[in-house]
Amino acid sequence: MIDAFSSAFGLLASSGAFERPPIDWHAVAPELCLLGGGALLTLIDVIWLEKGRSITSALAGIVMLIPLIPILTLAIDSEDRSMFKGAFVVDKYSLIIKALFLLSGYLVVLLSTNYIAEGEYWENEYYGMLISSVLGMVLMASARDLITIFVALELLSIPAYLLAAWRKKDHKSNEAGLKYYLMGVFASAIMLYGMSLIFGVSGSTILEEINESIASGGANTPVITLGITFVIIGFGFKVSAFPFHTWAPDTYEGAPTPVTAFLAVASKAAGFVALMNLVVIGFIGQEDVFQPLIWILAALSMTAGNVMALRQTNIVRLMAYSGIAQAGFMLAPLAVAGEGPAIADKAVSAVVTYLVIYAAMNIGAFGIILAVSRKTKSADLESYNGLFRTSPSLAIVMTVFLASLAGIPPLGGWYAKFSVFTSLTSASTNWGYGLAVVAAINAVIAFGYYGKIAMRMWVEDPHETHVGEVKVPVSLLTALVLTAGTTIAFGVAPGIVTHFTDVSLIAFGG
Amino acid sequence: MLLVQFLLLSSVLFCIGIYGVLARKNGVMVLMSIELILNAVNINLVAFGTMTNNIAGEVFALFVIAIAAAEVGVGLAIVLLIFRNRSSVDLSSIDSMKG
Repeated sequence: MIDAFSSAFGLLASSGAFERPPIDWHAVAPELCLLGGGALLTLIDVIWLEKGRSITSALAGIVMLIPLIPILTLAIDSEDRSMFKGAFVVDKYSLIIKALFLLSGYLVVLLSTNYIAEGEYWENEYYGMLISSVLGMVLMASARDLITIFVALELLSIPAYLLAAWRKKDHKSNEAGLKYYLMGVFASAIMLYGMSLIFGVSGSTILEEINESIASGGANTPVITLGITFVIIGFGFKVSAFPFHTWAPDTYEGAPTPVTAFLAVASKAAGFVALMNLVVIGFIGQEDVFQPLIWILAALSMTAGNVMALRQTNIVRLMAYSGIAQAGFMLAPLAVAGEGPAIADKAVSAVVTYLVIYAAMNIGAFGIILAVSRKTKSADLESYNGLFRTSPSLAIVMTVFLASLAGIPPLGGWYAKFSVFTSLTSASTNWGYGLAVVAAINAVIAFGYYGKIAMRMWVEDPHETHVGEVKVPVSLLTALVLTAGTTIAFGVAPGIVTHFTDVSLIAFGG
Repeated sequence: MLLVQFLLLSSVLFCIGIYGVLARKNGVMVLMSIELILNAVNINLVAFGTMTNNIAGEVFALFVIAIAAAEVGVGLAIVLLIFRNRSSVDLSSIDSMKG
């Protein structure tokens, strides 16, 4: 027995096949904290059963915040770290994105607290899934290799499929889960096929090495084109870009509202992060391939999302279509990213700025939707009639979020759109200017439906069944205060956000 | 070279899978079509990995197999849930939300 072992070890040692790569524990500390926290949450449920229920949501919130400590120490250290031949990178960009995911996760926990506790759902498992999904996102921020990106994508998606179908007895929630699942899995299968082609041509899964070997193009151009197209289409589903958006409105409507907020903000942001990693590090030398593709996706998403949002009568569906339009805005800077390193940096900074501001204002808007639907039990636009008379503070805060989403200064959304425009025009190409014009037209169309909600709140009379004041639970109130505060602060002093989002993807290692 | 045959096989599997996802109305059949696409990916990865003598291809394929198993587990759970609530897994009848 021992002989067999020692000979096996001897074989391994003699071939020199495996040597454990050095692991920088400080760099993976945020992921490990989340992993440990999620495991702890599950253990508490197993040991204490019902008695543990009362603290689950508070604990989940703490688990979301703890990884911010290693992120802070890594940021103070301000040294770029790279592991596994560059497959896992911790730099300023990834730290900002990680902090964004964790804070969005925390806000979603705040939104979920009362909703999940009152609905007789499976509380502990819910937060476990949420943490596991956030773990995937945090991992995605550092992923610089095809396998890592794929694993992170599935780690964040698979729990999200379950969360969307969380209300087991409800037909709409079932349908939401199924549609999200089928579209998500189909998209990741297409994306994987593209990745396999890119791996075949470049002979590597590390994004930087892929860039070195495919940048020159050569004989394999058709295969590279096919591979990049499939990968971008796969992520088009994930970020709900037109024409791959069909799942989004149904899933958003059917899923529990806090989950919808999570999907609309964190899951979409994760798709963008993966897309940025791939495009700006891996495919940047193939700008002839990805730029037109992203240009078309961005222009179509903005226009189609806005036009379809105009005729919605359900606020969650309206937010879904508005999210599709916003995804178009976030895609736009990537359509000019291949024009040069400086422009690529600017595009990445613009997308990160947009993601941060979008997270604050969109989670806030979903917070109000949750608060109102707690009383009216419906997501119809009619529930917002006369909100200013029944609960004026909610109406004012909702107006702030809507104005920010529409891009009215001096609120955060204005600066987000502004940075997209500057990044588009900085490319000084006709394509960039063209897309800026499309974006400007769409920014105007968007006033139509955001204004419609505001009008209902301020001008119309309340529906006779919804006269009383809307009561807001403490955790939801905290989330609203935090998001409204950030939305206003980012708009009044954009320096706060640019201080963090002035990041570069190319500077490191190449 | 043998690589071309492998790639042809995988692209045929890929196309059959795409056709299945778009044309089939039965939830379980759609899941199986997605598996076909994933297997096309695996054939590609292993063929490329063997050709370039790069172990990363095989490792990637192992990851795909493991994660596809987890994915199908979740997918079958959701399909089962729908079957319990509606006694049918016909995707064309699942259209309670429109707009």
